Amino acid sequence: MLGKLSLDALNNGPIVLGAQLTMLFGGLGVAGLLTYKRRWKWLWKEWLTSLDPKKIGVMYIIIALVMLLRGAADAGMMRAQQALSAGEIHGFLTSDHFQQIFSAHGTIMIFFVAMGLMFGLINLIVPLQIGARDVAFPFLNSVSFWLFAAGMILINLSLAVGEFSAAGWLAYPPLSELAYSPGVGVDYWIWALQIAGIGSLLAGINFVVTILRMRAPGMTLMKMPMFTWSVLCSLILVIFAFPILTATLAMLALDRTMGMHIFTAGGGGDAMMYVNLIWAWGHPEVYILILPAFGVFSEVVATFSRKRLFGYASMVAALIAITFLSFVVWLHHFFTMGAGGNVNAFFGIMTMVIAIPTGVKIFNWLFTMKNGRVRFTTPMLWFLAFVVTFSIGGMTGVMMAVPAIDFQVHNSLFLVAHFHTMIIGGVVFGFFAGLTYWFPKIFGFRLNERLGRYAFWCWFVGFLLAFIPLYILGLMGATRRLDHYDASLGWQGLFIVAGIGAMTIFAGVGFQILQLIVSIRKRHENMDTTGDPWNGRTLEWSTTSPAPFYNFAVIPDVSERDAFWVAKHKKTSVTPVYEDIYLPKNSGMGLFIAGFAFIGSFAIIWHIWWLAPLGLLGVIACVLIRTTGGEHEYRISAARVAMLEADRLAGKETS
Amino acid sequence: MGIVAIYLRNSNFMVLNPKGVVAHDERNLIVFTVLLGLFVVIPVFIMTFMIAWKYREGNTKAKYRPDWDRHLGAETLWWGIPTAIIVVLSVITWNSSHALDPHKMLSSSQTPMKIQVIAMDWKWLFIYPEQGIASVNYVQFPVNVPVTFEITADAPMNSFWIPQLGSQIYAMPGMSTHLNLMADKAGEYRGSSANISGKGFAGMKFTAAASSEADFRTWVALARRSPDSMGASDYKQLLKPSENSAVALYSSAEPGLYDKVLAKYMLPGGQE
Repeated sequence: MLGKLSLDALNNGPIVLGAQLTMLFGGLGVAGLLTYKRRWKWLWKEWLTSLDPKKIGVMYIIIALVMLLRGAADAGMMRAQQALSAGEIHGFLTSDHFQQIFSAHGTIMIFFVAMGLMFGLINLIVPLQIGARDVAFPFLNSVSFWLFAAGMILINLSLAVGEFSAAGWLAYPPLSELAYSPGVGVDYWIWALQIAGIGSLLAGINFVVTILRMRAPGMTLMKMPMFTWSVLCSLILVIFAFPILTATLAMLALDRTMGMHIFTAGGGGDAMMYVNLIWAWGHPEVYILILPAFGVFSEVVATFSRKRLFGYASMVAALIAITFLSFVVWLHHFFTMGAGGNVNAFFGIMTMVIAIPTGVKIFNWLFTMKNGRVRFTTPMLWFLAFVVTFSIGGMTGVMMAVPAIDFQVHNSLFLVAHFHTMIIGGVVFGFFAGLTYWFPKIFGFRLNERLGRYAFWCWFVGFLLAFIPLYILGLMGATRRLDHYDASLGWQGLFIVAGIGAMTIFAGVGFQILQLIVSIRKRHENMDTTGDPWNGRTLEWSTTSPAPFYNFAVIPDVSERDAFWVAKHKKTSVTPVYEDIYLPKNSGMGLFIAGFAFIGSFAIIWHIWWLAPLGLLGVIACVLIRTTGGEHEYRISAARVAMLEADRLAGKETS
Repeated sequence: MGIVAIYLRNSNFMVLNPKGVVAHDERNLIVFTVLLGLFVVIPVFIMTFMIAWKYREGNTKAKYRPDWDRHLGAETLWWGIPTAIIVVLSVITWNSSHALDPHKMLSSSQTPMKIQVIAMDWKWLFIYPEQGIASVNYVQFPVNVPVTFEITADAPMNSFWIPQLGSQIYAMPGMSTHLNLMADKAGEYRGSSANISGKGFAGMKFTAAASSEADFRTWVALARRSPDSMGASDYKQLLKPSENSAVALYSSAEPGLYDKVLAKYMLPGGQE
C-alpha cells in the first residue's frame, strides 16, 4: 500500500531528530500564528493565489532566504566535522550522514537559494524595468513558482522522512545507481530537481517572451537596462540548458526505478555519458546564475556613481559572448577522465576565452566609477568586494582551465575554494547588492544601512577566512568531501581557520536578520516617499515605492537609455491620459498543479505505485480545467485608475 | 604571524613540492599562470581602490562627467590586453595538454614498468603483471623508472592521485585509463582517491613508495614470500566492501585478472 514507506523512515538519529522537530514546530508556529491572527484567507487571496509577479517575486525570495539558513546550517556542520575529525577523533557525524549533508548543501544552495534569489529579483524588477504591467504568461509564472516551491518541500521532506542522496550534488553514476545507493536518497534528489527544474524552464520561457515582446514603446534592445539584458542572456541559457537536465534526470530515474542500464556500471551502461550530460547543463547553469548578478552590479555601479554605465555596447557584446561560450566549456569539469590532449586543450582554451569578456566587464564597471560621484552605500560595498573576490576567482579559474594544472587540483579543496569564490563572491554578493538596492521599491522603505554594513564586513572577512585556507589545503593535497583525515597531514589548523570563517559568515547572516527586523520596526524613519530613493536611472524608479499593483498607470515612452534619468532631467510634465488596464485574476491552479506533481513524485520515490499515476492525472486535469476555463482577466476602468492614481500621488506627498 | 609561519613551514604543500617529473612540470605551470594572473589582478585591485577613492562623493574637486560613457582607446585596450594574455596561455595550454597527457609514455633510458590498479570499495588493489605479485593500499616502484599505471574500478568512479608525483585520473568501471608517472626522488608519498565513492571514501588512501632498484627487488621478493595470493576466489573475498583496509601483499595474482575485471562490466548483468 505505501510502497517502501514505513515508520522506520522517520528514525534517523538525534541530529536529524533536531532538524525534524525544528521543521515541525516551525511549521506549527507559523500555522498557529496565521490562525491566531485570522490571516489564512488573507494569505490565500493576497499571496498564494496571486499572479502578480511582484508578489511571486517576494515569495521566491522568502523561500530562498529560508533555504539559505538551511544550506548554511549544512555548511556549519561540514566545517565543524572537518575541523574536529582528525587522527584518533572521528567528529560527530557518520560518513554517510556527512555525505548526505554536503550533497544537500550543494543542491539546496544552487537550486533553492541562488536560483530562488535570481527568479525572485527577475519577477520583481524586470517588468518594472521594461515599463510593463505584467509578464507575458502570468499563470505560467505562478506554475513555475509553485513547482519551485514543491521541489523545495520535497528536498526538505527528505530530512524528515527517509534520507537524502549521499552521492554529491550532481550524483554521478555508478555511485548514484541502485547498486551503490539502494535507498530513497537519490530518488529524492532526482525528483526535487526534476520538479524545480521544469519550473525554472517554464519561468525562463516566460521571461524571455516578456523581455522580447512587452518592452515599453521606444525601448529597443540597445536601450534596455543592463539588468534586463543580463536576464535575457541568462534565461536564453535556461531554455537551452534545462531540457538537458530534465532528460538526464529522467534517464537516471529510468535506471533506478525501471531497471534500465543507461548509465549503470554493468550491463553496458555508460556513466561517462551522464557526466557529459549533467555538465552540459551544469556549466551553463553557473552562467545562468552569474549573469543576472553582473546585471545587478551594472545598475548599482551606475546609480551610485551617478553616471551612465561605461561601455554599454561592450557590456552587451560581453554578455552575448559569455552566453555562447558557456556552452562549449563543459568538459573542463572532467579533464581527468582521460579524453586526450586535443579534446582537453580545446575545452581548456575555450574556458580561458571566457575570461576576456568577463575582464572587459570589470574594467567597464571601474570606468563607470571614473569621473562619477561614488556613494559607498552597502550595494556599492558588495560591488567592491565582488571585484576583489571575482578577480581572485577568475585567476584560479584560468589556472584550472589549463588541463595539466587541473590534473593536480581537480577534486581538491582548491577547486571547492574556486567555485565558492565565484558563487559567493559573485552570485551571492550580487544578489545581496540587488536586494538592498531594490528593497525600497518592493516594500516602500530602505534597509538599515549601518546593520547592512556590519553584515557586509562579516560576510567579506568571513568569506576570506573560510576559503583562503581551502585554497592552501588544496595545494597540500587535501581532497574534497573527506569526513576524516590523518592528523599527521597537518591540515587541521587550516580547517579550524576555515571553521572560524564560516562562523564569521554566520555572524553576517545574523546581522542581516537583525537588519531586516530593525528596518521593519523603524520603517517610518526610512520611508521612500519619492519612489526614487537612490536617484535612479531606470524605469522601475519612476513609479511609487512600493509599485502599484498595475506598475504603471500610463506606460512610459522611452527614447533613450536610462529612460527615467533622462525624463527627470528634461522635467517635462504632461497630464496623464488614463486607459483601461487588464490584469490577470487570481488563480490557485498553479498551486494545485505543483501539489499533484509533488504527490506524484513522492509516490515514485517511495514506490507507491497506485498513487503515482493519480499525481500525473491530477496535473493533467488541472491544466485542462485551466486552459478550457472562462475569463482569466479583469478590467480596471480608466476612471478607477485615475482615482487610484490621485490617491497614490496624494499619499506620496503626505507620508 | 610567527605561529602561522612555523605551521606553514612544517606543512607539506604536496602540489608545490614535487618528487616526480610530471608533478615538477605541473608545479612550474602553476607558478607561471599565477604570476601571469597577478599581472592582471594586482593592477585591477589598485585601480579599483584608486578610482573609488578619487571619485568618492565627498571629493568635489574630482571631475564629474555624468554622460561620459565611452572611450574607444580604453575599450580597445581591455579587449586587447586580456586577449593577448589568453593567446599566450592558449599556446601553453595546447602544448602542455599534449606534453603532459596522462596517456603519453615518459621518455627515459629505462624500460618502463607496468602496474595495474583496481579501485575497489574502499581500497586500492595493485597488480604487477611483470613481477606476478599484487598488493593492497601500497605500491612500490623504482625511482627514475617510468611507470605506466593502467587504472580501472570495480566500484563506483574514483580518482587516482599521488599529488607529489603528479596528475590524477579517474578510475572507472569498464574503462581503462592510463597514467604515466616517474618519481625523481626516493621516498614515500601519499596517494588517495579524489572522487567520492561512497561510505568508506575518506579511508581510501595508499602509500606510493619510490625506492632504489635494489630496494624494489627486495620488496618484490618479500611479496613473493607472502602466504597470500590473489586468485579468483581471493579477489571475490577482497571485493566485499571494507573500510580503512590494512596494507597487504600477495605472492601471486591470477593472470589476466585486470582484463577480467574490465570485461565484466561490458556483459549483460555483469555487475554481479
